Amino acid sequence: MSDPAVSPFANERALKRLRRRRAADRRFKWYGRLAIGFALAALTLLLASITTQAMSAATYHVVSFDLDLDKETFGGLKTDDPPPVDKVYGLVRADLLAQFPETARNPVLRHELSALVTRLAVLPVAREIVRNPREIGMTRQVQLPLSDDLDLYLKGANARHLTVPIGRVGAEETNGVLTLTGEGAFKRLIAAASLEGMQIQDARSTGSILMTAGQSTLKLSTLDPSRIKGPLLTGSLQDFRTHPVRARLITSPESERTVTDRQIAWLLALKAEGRVSRVPHWSLLTHTDSTQPELAGTLAAIVGSLLTLLVTASLAIPIGILASIYLEEFAPRNRVTGLIEVNINNLAAVPSIVFGLLGAAVFLGAFGLPRSAPVVGGLVLALLILPVVIIASRAALKAVPQSIRDAALAVGASRMQTVFHHVMPLAAPGMLTGAILGMARALGETAPLLLIGMVAFVAEVPNGPTDEATALPVLIYSWATQAERAWEPMTGAVILILLVFLIAMNGVVVFLRRKFERRW
Amino acid sequence: MDDTLGNGTTMEKGVLPDAPETSVRMSCRNINVFYGEKQAIYDVSLQIADRSVTALIGPSGCGKSTFLRCLNRMNDTIEGCRVEGEIMMEGKDINSPVIDPVLLRSRVGMVFQKPNPFPKSIYENIAYGPRIHGLAQGREDMDEIVEKSLRRAGLWEEVKDRLNLAGTSLSGGQQQRLCIARAIAVRPEVILMDEPCSALDPIATARIEELIDDLRKRYCIIIVTHSMQQAARVSQRTAFFHLGALVEVGDTDQIFTSPRDRRTEDYITGRFG
Repeated sequence: MSDPAVSPFANERALKRLRRRRAADRRFKWYGRLAIGFALAALTLLLASITTQAMSAATYHVVSFDLDLDKETFGGLKTDDPPPVDKVYGLVRADLLAQFPETARNPVLRHELSALVTRLAVLPVAREIVRNPREIGMTRQVQLPLSDDLDLYLKGANARHLTVPIGRVGAEETNGVLTLTGEGAFKRLIAAASLEGMQIQDARSTGSILMTAGQSTLKLSTLDPSRIKGPLLTGSLQDFRTHPVRARLITSPESERTVTDRQIAWLLALKAEGRVSRVPHWSLLTHTDSTQPELAGTLAAIVGSLLTLLVTASLAIPIGILASIYLEEFAPRNRVTGLIEVNINNLAAVPSIVFGLLGAAVFLGAFGLPRSAPVVGGLVLALLILPVVIIASRAALKAVPQSIRDAALAVGASRMQTVFHHVMPLAAPGMLTGAILGMARALGETAPLLLIGMVAFVAEVPNGPTDEATALPVLIYSWATQAERAWEPMTGAVILILLVFLIAMNGVVVFLRRKFERRW
Repeated sequence: MDDTLGNGTTMEKGVLPDAPETSVRMSCRNINVFYGEKQAIYDVSLQIADRSVTALIGPSGCGKSTFLRCLNRMNDTIEGCRVEGEIMMEGKDINSPVIDPVLLRSRVGMVFQKPNPFPKSIYENIAYGPRIHGLAQGREDMDEIVEKSLRRAGLWEEVKDRLNLAGTSLSGGQQQRLCIARAIAVRPEVILMDEPCSALDPIATARIEELIDDLRKRYCIIIVTHSMQQAARVSQRTAFFHLGALVEVGDTDQIFTSPRDRRTEDYITGRFG
C-alpha cells in the first residue's frame, strides 16, 4: 500500500478518471449479468409453463374390462379381416350396461354410459385379436383409456370439486329417493356449501352435491343439518347402510360441464371397485393422431418429421458443404461470386413461409409431386436451410489457417488434395455444427409445411417419403387450435417431445465438436 | 550468350566466377511480379547454383519473399498475382502451361517462416508427401522414407519413440525441423526457405543453421533471411534486393567484405533496413 499522494500518477484528476473508468467497468459487468439473467428467466418461465401443462398428459386413466372373447362371436376370423371393432365395443358396452342396470330402457342414459369409453378405444384390442386369434375362446383383461372429459375430471382439471367426509348415517328409501339421517351429521356440509356459494334448491345454476358410499351415489335435493334427501343415481340403499358416506361438492352447474352427474357417479363406482387406474401415457408416443384426445399420439408425426429431415439432410448437407468449399477454396473472387455471396446471405433472411409458397408452386404445381408428402417437405426445408449451411461451412473453412494450405501445397498436393486432406478435417467440426443447427431449424419449421399440405390429419404411420405425413411442429399447431380442453396438456406434451429432439440434436453437435477437436 | 541449362552444367561466366565446379540449378531472367496493378519485383535476373546455399537479403518489403515464392509457383495461390519472365529449370520454363505446379512443387520444396506442421502425427506429417506422389511401395518402404527424412533433418533421435504424437506438440525448433523433414521426404532438388528461423530462439536457430549447412551437400537451397549474420554464416552466395530490384549478387564473402554497390554497403553496415 503506497501513499497515493507520493505517487506521481496520483493527482486528483488522474484518480477521478480512474474511478470513472472502474465504475464504467463495473456497470458494464452488471449490464451483462442482467442480460443473462433476463434470458435465463425467460427460458425458465417458458420451460416451466410448458412442463407443468404437459405433466398432466404424462399419465392418464384407464378402465379395465374382462372381455369374454367367445367362439360364437369371434370364431372364423382370418388374419386379413378388418379388426372387429364393433363386436369388441359391444362387449365393453354390455359389460357397462350390466354393471349399471339403471340405464336399462333409457336410451339417454345408455348413451351417457357408453361415452365413458369411446368406440375407437378398442381398436388396438380388436387388431390384436385379428393378429393373434389363439386368444379367442378365452377371457382377456384389457385396459381401455377413459374418455378425455372424465379423465380430466379425475385429474381435477375441468370441474372444480371438493370432498367432505360425513361418516356413517342412517338410510331409508322411498320410490328411488333416499333419505339419510344423522344428528347434526350434515352441519359441516352445509358450511362447506355456503362457503362455495352453492344453493341446493337452485342446482341448475350453482352445481351439484353428490353423496357417495361404496359404489353407490345419490344426488342431493334437500339439505338440513340432520337430514338430507335425494334421488339415487347408481347403486343401492345397502351401500349407504354399510359404508361411510362422503359428500362431493361440484361447484360448476351440470349444464356448463362436459361430464354429467350420472357419469361422475358411474366413474366413482368403477373407481371404488378398483377398475380405474392412472397409468403412464405411453400411447402418446405409440399412437397416431386421432379425433379423440385420449387416443391421440405423436408416432405418425415423429416418423413424418424424421422422414422429412432425412430428405432435407441428404440434400442440404452435401450440396451446402460442396457449395461452400467451391466458393471458399476454388472460386475466383470477382463480381459474379460477390453477387452470389450477397444473395446467399439474403436468402438466409427470407421468411420461411415464402419458401413454403415456392414449394407449393414449384414442387406441387410444376413438378406434380404428391401433396402432404415428406419428400416435398424435405425439399422445401432443404432450400430453407441451404443458405444457413453454406454460411456456417464457409465460416468454418475461413477459420482454417492459410499456413495449413501452404504446407500442403508446398509438398506438392493438388488444390483438391489440400482441401480434402487438410482443410476439410480441420473445418469439419464447424461444418457439422452448421449442418446440425440447420437441421434443428428445419425440425422446428411449421409455416412452409402448412403451405404444402403437411397439416393433414394422418392416422397411419407413413411408410416412405411419398406417403401422406405430418410433422411435429405442425401437429403442435393443429392440436393447439382444437377446442376441447384435453388437447391443451397434449399440446404441451408434443412441445416437450419436440424440445427433446432439438436438445438431442444440439447434444450431438457438442459431442462431435469435442471429439473432433480432441483428435486434431 | 548461351544460358540454357539443358544438361545442368552450362553457366554464364561472370555470374558464378568463383564457383566453376558448381552447376546452375535454376535460372531466372527478367522476372516481373505484379499484385494487381502494383509491381512488386522489377526485372530480376538471377542464377541459382546447385548444391549450395543462396541467401536473399534486403530490407522488409523489398520483394525477396515474393521472388522466392515465384520459384515454386506458390504465388499462383494469391489472388491477382501475376508473374512475368522466365524461370528455367532443367531446360523448361516453370511458368509455361505444360508444367504442372503440383509436380514442380514436389521438386522445389518449401519451408515457411512459421513452423506449420499438419495437425497430425509426426509420422503422418512426413508420410503425406511421399504418399500422394506414390514414392513408397508399402509400409516398410514408407517407414524407411520417414526415418531417412527425419535423420537428415536431425530430428530422428529426438522423436523416434513418439512418431504417433501430434506434430504440433513438438517445440518450435523441432517443428521447423519437422517441416524441413517433410520437405525432404518428397525428394526435392531445391529447397526454398522463407525466413525459417525468424520465429525461433537462438539455440534452435543454431541447430537449423547447422542443418542447412549439412543439407547443402545434397540440395540446392535458397534462403530468405533478415539476419545478415545468418546469411554470412550459412550461404555461399548472397543476393541483395532493394525496392523490388536485385541490386547485387555475388559470393557471400565478396558481398560482405567488398560490396560493389553503394546501397549494399549501406545495408550491410546497418545504415538502413
